[in-house]
Amino acid sequence: MTSTPSSHERRAALGDPVQAYRRMQEIRSFEDRITGLFAQGLVHGTTHTCQGQEALDVGLANALRLDDIVTCTYRGHGIALALGMSPEAVLGEIMGRTSGCIGGVGGSMHLSDLDVGLLPTFAIVGAGLPVAAGAALAFQNRGEDRVAVAVCGDGATNIGAFHEAINMAAVWKLPVVFVVDNNLYGEYSRINLTTPVTDLSRRADAYGIPGESVDGMDLDTVGEALSRHVAAARSGAGPSLLEVRTYRFAGHSRADQATYRPAGELDVWRQRDPLVLRRAALIDAGIASAAELDAVEQSVRAMITDVVEATSAVPEPDARAMFANIMPPLATSTGGVR
Amino acid sequence: MRMRQAVVAALADEMRADESVMLMGEDVAAAGGPFKTSEGLLDEFGGLRVRDTPISEMAFTGAAVGAACLGLRPVVEIMFMEFLGVALDMVVTEAAKFHYLSGGRITVPMVVRASVGSGGGFGLQHSQTLENWVTATPGLCVVVASDPQTAYGLNRAAIRHDGPVVVLEPRALYPVRGDVVTGDAGIVPIGRARVLRRGADVTVVALGQTVGVALAAVADAGVDAEVIDLATLVPWDRDTVRKSVRRTGRLVVVEEAPESGGWGHEIVSSVTSAVFSDLTAPPFRITSPDVPVPYSPALEARYLPTREYVARQLTSYLRSGTVPAPWWIEEGLAR
Ligand SMILES: Cc1ncc(C[n+]2csc(CCOP(=O)(O)OP(=O)(O)O)c2C)c(N)n1
Ligand SMILES: [Mg+2]
Repeated sequence: MTSTPSSHERRAALGDPVQAYRRMQEIRSFEDRITGLFAQGLVHGTTHTCQGQEALDVGLANALRLDDIVTCTYRGHGIALALGMSPEAVLGEIMGRTSGCIGGVGGSMHLSDLDVGLLPTFAIVGAGLPVAAGAALAFQNRGEDRVAVAVCGDGATNIGAFHEAINMAAVWKLPVVFVVDNNLYGEYSRINLTTPVTDLSRRADAYGIPGESVDGMDLDTVGEALSRHVAAARSGAGPSLLEVRTYRFAGHSRADQATYRPAGELDVWRQRDPLVLRRAALIDAGIASAAELDAVEQSVRAMITDVVEATSAVPEPDARAMFANIMPPLATSTGGVR
Repeated sequence: MRMRQAVVAALADEMRADESVMLMGEDVAAAGGPFKTSEGLLDEFGGLRVRDTPISEMAFTGAAVGAACLGLRPVVEIMFMEFLGVALDMVVTEAAKFHYLSGGRITVPMVVRASVGSGGGFGLQHSQTLENWVTATPGLCVVVASDPQTAYGLNRAAIRHDGPVVVLEPRALYPVRGDVVTGDAGIVPIGRARVLRRGADVTVVALGQTVGVALAAVADAGVDAEVIDLATLVPWDRDTVRKSVRRTGRLVVVEEAPESGGWGHEIVSSVTSAVFSDLTAPPFRITSPDVPVPYSPALEARYLPTREYVARQLTSYLRSGTVPAPWWIEEGLAR
C-alpha cells in the first residue's frame, strides 16, 4: 500500500492527464459501487449518483484554484472526489460512519470540505446559487481574486433562487460562475416537459450576462470552457452562465430504474461516455497506451474495493455525535447591555 | 390498504365528486408521485386536473392560491415539507390571509399536502416535521395523518374545507397497512381529536408518527392510559383533551420534533391553565432532542421517541408523580 495522498495532493494530481483520467474512473467505480451498496442496504435513505458526468466533475476541479469555492447539489459525490476529498471521507459519510467528512451524521446529500473549497452540498434545489453569489460577494468586498462556482441541474433553472441569484450577481458584477449541469432530467421528468427552452444558456440573456452551452462529455471541451469562464470572473468581468450538456446514466436516486426514458436514449448517450471518449483521446494523442490505461482502471477498482472494505469496518457514530456542532458556543464575555 | 393508497383513494374520491378538485406537484402525474400517492390519477382525470410541475414550488403553490380564489379546489403536493420553505409566503402570508383581507368575500379552498418526518435515512434537510412553520398563522388549518384511515379522512375533509389546509403525512408511514373506511363515513373531521384507547391514569396526546409509538408504549408498560391522536393541530380539539385530563389528572404529550418550540408546548400550557386544580402531577412532554435529524441509522432511530423510551418515561411518571429527565440528560449528552 502506498501512503494516502492529502486532498491537496489529490487536487494537484489532476494536472497530469493520466491522473485526470484516473480520477474520472475513480468517480465511476465509486458510483457504481454505491449503487451496489444501496441495493445491499449498506447505504440507506437516498443517494444520487453521477455516472456520465465525470468530465464535468474533473474539468471543474481542474479549472479552479484551491482557494476558490464550489456549491453543488446532492448529486455531488463526483465533484467532492474531483476537488480532492478522499474516497474514505466521502464513502464514510455516505455509509454513515465516523470516518465520513462530518462523522456520518449527514449522509450522501451532505458532503463538504472547505479545505478543497466545497461548501456543504445542497439538498434543496436551487439553494446553492444564492450562496455561491454570497461567497463571491465576500471575495469582492475583500478585494480577493477568488471565484465561486455554483453547479446546479437543468431542473433547478426553473426555481426562483436560480433567477434571483443570477440577477443580483449580474447587477453587482460578482465573481461567480453559474454552471448548469443539463443531464436532460429533473427527477422523473424529461426537460421538455418542464422547461420551455432547450438552450439553457439562453437564460443568461435575461440577466445581461454571457451564456454558453458546451458538450459535457468531453473533458477537454468542458475543462477549457470552465477555465475561460472562471478566468473571466476572476478578472472582474462579472458572472456568466455555462450550460454543460451531460447525461445521467443512472436513475435519479435510490433504486430508480429510469423507465420513463425513451427507448434507446441511454444507448445513444453511452456511445459518448466521457470515460470512453477520454480513453480514446489519450491513446490517440500518444499520452498513454491501452495497456497502461487498463492498468489504471484495474488499480482504481482495487482501490475502491479496499476503501469499501475498510469503511465497512468503521463504526457508526455514537449518540454524542448527535449533539455536537449544533451551534458555536455563545460569547462568555461580560459586556453588552443587560 | 397502505397509507399511500389511502391518499390516492381520498384524492380520487374527491376528484370524482367535484370536478373543480385538481392536483399539482413534482412528478405527481406521469410517475404517480415520488411516494406513489397519486398513482392512476392522471389516467382517470387527465392532464388538466393532474399536473406535473416544474421544480417551482413558489409558482405552483401560488397558482393554487389564485386558482382557489377563482373557484377551483387545488391540492398541491410538496414532496418533502422542507421544500415549502421556498413557497411559505404563498401559504402563510397570502392564502391564509385572503378571507380576512376580502371581508370574507374570497375563500381559498386549497390543500397543501407535504410529507414529513424522520425514519427514512433522508438526512437532516429531508426529515423534519416543521409543523411550527404553519401553526402560528390564523386562517390556516393544519392536520396530521397517523395511519391509513386518517390519511384518507383528513385529506377528504381538507379538500372540502373552504379555506387553506396543510395536510402533513409522515413519510415513514406511507407503506403501513390498515383498514380504511372509505366514502363519507371515512371522513375525519378537521378539529376533532380521536380517542384511540380509554384509560383512567394518564392522558397521552400524540400526533403523526408518535401515535403508533404511544399506543405500543402504553401496551408495553401496562399502564392504564387514555391515548389521544390529536389529528388536527389547528384548530386543535381542546374539549376532548381537557375532558380527558380532568378525569386522569395527568398529561403526557409525545412529539416528533425538537424539544424547543414544539407543538406540545401549546397543549401542555393550555391544558394546565384550564384544568390546573384537577392535575395530580405536572404535565410533561416526551420529545426529540434539540438536534438536526442525524443520518446514521442508529442515531436516527433515537430521534423519534422510541417505544421503549416512551414506556419507560410513562412508567416512571406514573410511579413517582414527577417528571422524568429526557434520555439526553440521563446520559449526560446535553443540558
Ligand atoms: C426546492 C426543492 N424542490 C424539490 C426537490 C426534490 N428534488 C430533488 S432533486 C430534484 C430534481 C432536480 O433536477 P435537476 O436540477 O435537473 O438536477 P439533477 O438531479 O438532474 O442533477 C428534485 C425535484 C428539492 N430537493 N428541493
Ligand atoms: Mg437534471
